[in-house]
Amino acid sequence: MTLLQFKVVAGAALLFFALLLSLLFEGVDRVVHARMQLRLGPPVFQPFYDVLKLLGKENIVPRRAIPWAFNGAPWVSAAAAMMILLYVPMGSLPPILAASGDLILILYLLGLSAVAMAVGGFASGSTYANVGAQREMTLMMSYELPLAVVIVTLAWFSYRTGMPGEPFSLETFVGMPVWSVVGWTGLFGLVCLLAALLAVVPAEVGKVPMDIAEAKTEILEGLICEYSGRNLAMFKLTFSLRTLVMCSVVVSLFFPWTIGLRFGLEGPMLFLADFAFFWVKVFLLQIIGVTTIRTAFGRFKIWQASQFYWFHIAGLSLAGMVLLSLDVIL
Amino acid sequence: MAQGTNKTYKVPIGPVHVGLKEPITAWLDVDGERIKDATIRPGAIHRGIEFMARERNPIQVIYLAERICGICSFSHIVAFTRAVEDATGIEVPARAQYIRAIVLELERIHSHILWAGVACYTFGYDSAFNLGMILREKVMDVLEALTGNRVNYGTGTIGGVRRDITPSVEKVIRDMIAFYKNEFGVFYDVVTDDPIAKARMRDVGVLTGEDAVTHCALGPTARGSGLRVDLRWSSPYEAYCDMDVKPVVPQDYTGEVRGDVFDRFLVRVLEVYQSLEIIENALNGLPTGDLMWEPKLTKLLSFLKQADGTGLSSIEAPRGDDTHAIRLTGGEDNVTWWKVRAPTYSNAVSWPIMFRNNELADSPLIINSIDPCISCMERMVVTDRSSGHEQVVTRSELVERCREKTRRLMGR
Repeated sequence: MTLLQFKVVAGAALLFFALLLSLLFEGVDRVVHARMQLRLGPPVFQPFYDVLKLLGKENIVPRRAIPWAFNGAPWVSAAAAMMILLYVPMGSLPPILAASGDLILILYLLGLSAVAMAVGGFASGSTYANVGAQREMTLMMSYELPLAVVIVTLAWFSYRTGMPGEPFSLETFVGMPVWSVVGWTGLFGLVCLLAALLAVVPAEVGKVPMDIAEAKTEILEGLICEYSGRNLAMFKLTFSLRTLVMCSVVVSLFFPWTIGLRFGLEGPMLFLADFAFFWVKVFLLQIIGVTTIRTAFGRFKIWQASQFYWFHIAGLSLAGMVLLSLDVIL
Repeated sequence: MAQGTNKTYKVPIGPVHVGLKEPITAWLDVDGERIKDATIRPGAIHRGIEFMARERNPIQVIYLAERICGICSFSHIVAFTRAVEDATGIEVPARAQYIRAIVLELERIHSHILWAGVACYTFGYDSAFNLGMILREKVMDVLEALTGNRVNYGTGTIGGVRRDITPSVEKVIRDMIAFYKNEFGVFYDVVTDDPIAKARMRDVGVLTGEDAVTHCALGPTARGSGLRVDLRWSSPYEAYCDMDVKPVVPQDYTGEVRGDVFDRFLVRVLEVYQSLEIIENALNGLPTGDLMWEPKLTKLLSFLKQADGTGLSSIEAPRGDDTHAIRLTGGEDNVTWWKVRAPTYSNAVSWPIMFRNNELADSPLIINSIDPCISCMERMVVTDRSSGHEQVVTRSELVERCREKTRRLMGR
């Protein structure tokens, strides 16, 4: 078997695994969310049932929609979100497409999947979907600044401190935890960056308090208002995949520790243990960063969210940038 | 939808919408996310209840009145029975008056908690919604213990009430009062201290005191705008005559009136505490005596058949003044005519003002902020489906038609 064949098989297996895992996490997220609200919640496998049911349902295209954009958007969106997983190192396993993509590509793929969703909304020919798509675009423009600041700062920091590896590559951060490189000032800077990144997560994954584009009590699920059947199933997958992806990027950047070596494991067992531990970390981050937040707050209005990202969170990330620079310079 | 180009687009909220409990349409003229103007089109849930009453005797109409609204069912039957009592001169025993007041206040508690929960749900704060629903279960349990039902209690009758407050029920009610005094504060704090909840409700859907007067706002909507209006205070009825009920207005608690959704929220939540106090007072002063003016149903019916007169009553329902008017003709079994004016009928007029210069995201919250009961309010819409022609009846036309109808009815 050539390397290419191996990569194709491994990639397909990983994507399938991640797909199932993202739905499982979504199910657990819903149960935990319900338990926090003193409800019983749905069965853990409810997202699977939902997606399977939707896959078998009729796909309705509204009369005023633009069919190719309307039908294409969910696929582009889901594919873009899925592809990111090929560039994320999992535990001590290198990413499948290690050499051909870095953090910038991941940012663009996240952006692409969000834009595809907005295109689908615009192509729906519905007022509500249109409003939802506009909100999605506005929200994107708001959270991209802090997100970019965080990524660029980290890359610059790794370059200046001479961390081994490419500055923009996720593997650099996985190989050597940034926490071990920084001094005291830098530590505060990193905490600021982490907080800013965590604040961006709800908007990236479209959950309360940033589910503005899909606000069901305001604009009837907004973006996905007109979607049904297979297309809606793809969007459901996209949402849970984006959650998984965003959390795994945060984990790779800030929590790269592994457990395999600590227990003296070797060979396949080491990879397996680290792989499992990676997903445990992602799961914990999702519970803390997404589920708890969405239980604790209500929904922002779009201008409030923009203000929040442009001033509060951008300020926080810039503070992190300054502190990290000071750490390097001093 | 480019903002600032002065070009507006129409966005319908409703008739069926996730954020609304009942069908109503608000056509919003939006510029970007900003609402320039709004048109309210009711008419989706008219049931012709007033007409149905004309084929029923007053006792049967009680059950019809109860089904005008699922939330304030007891308010409607108290208003109805009081109208009949007014028309016929029936005296209600003191104990029945007190029990009526207690059930009315229990209903107010359950309505206000439900509303507060739904308001939180409207801006995506599902946890507070669930907390509210859990808290509301307690008062529902008490209502069930007292009347046997959770929603339509079947407790009121003409000339009294049909269920007594036994010592065991009294204990249940006192337990509930203690429970809410301990637990309800949590809900209040959760919502008023939450920065997002405050950001969503403050300065949204403002109705100034002046506008509230000119647009006939009632109940908590008017009190939220700082007007001291409360029928329990200004024209007390039933057991409220023996109590000192002060209207709850935000300026007494926060020192300022903004007339926004937050003030309306505050008024409703504080009224829950007020209701608890009223129930406690009513239980302490519960007089002994009969429950009904005439316990024998057939005797009551024959009396009502002989009765001749017009009755009017207005009571403070959880949402505002609920007014019923009735006409009974001597020698006839059935009600001659019956008019209901539910509080939403007045409060809905203020919607367009509240909408102006708010955002699309606020629209369901603004609609919900007056605690609308659309099925209480629905009167008529003239449509001709086959030709797609919809006719709006102007005020003068409507007045003329009303007069015509009254003339027709009087001449009967």
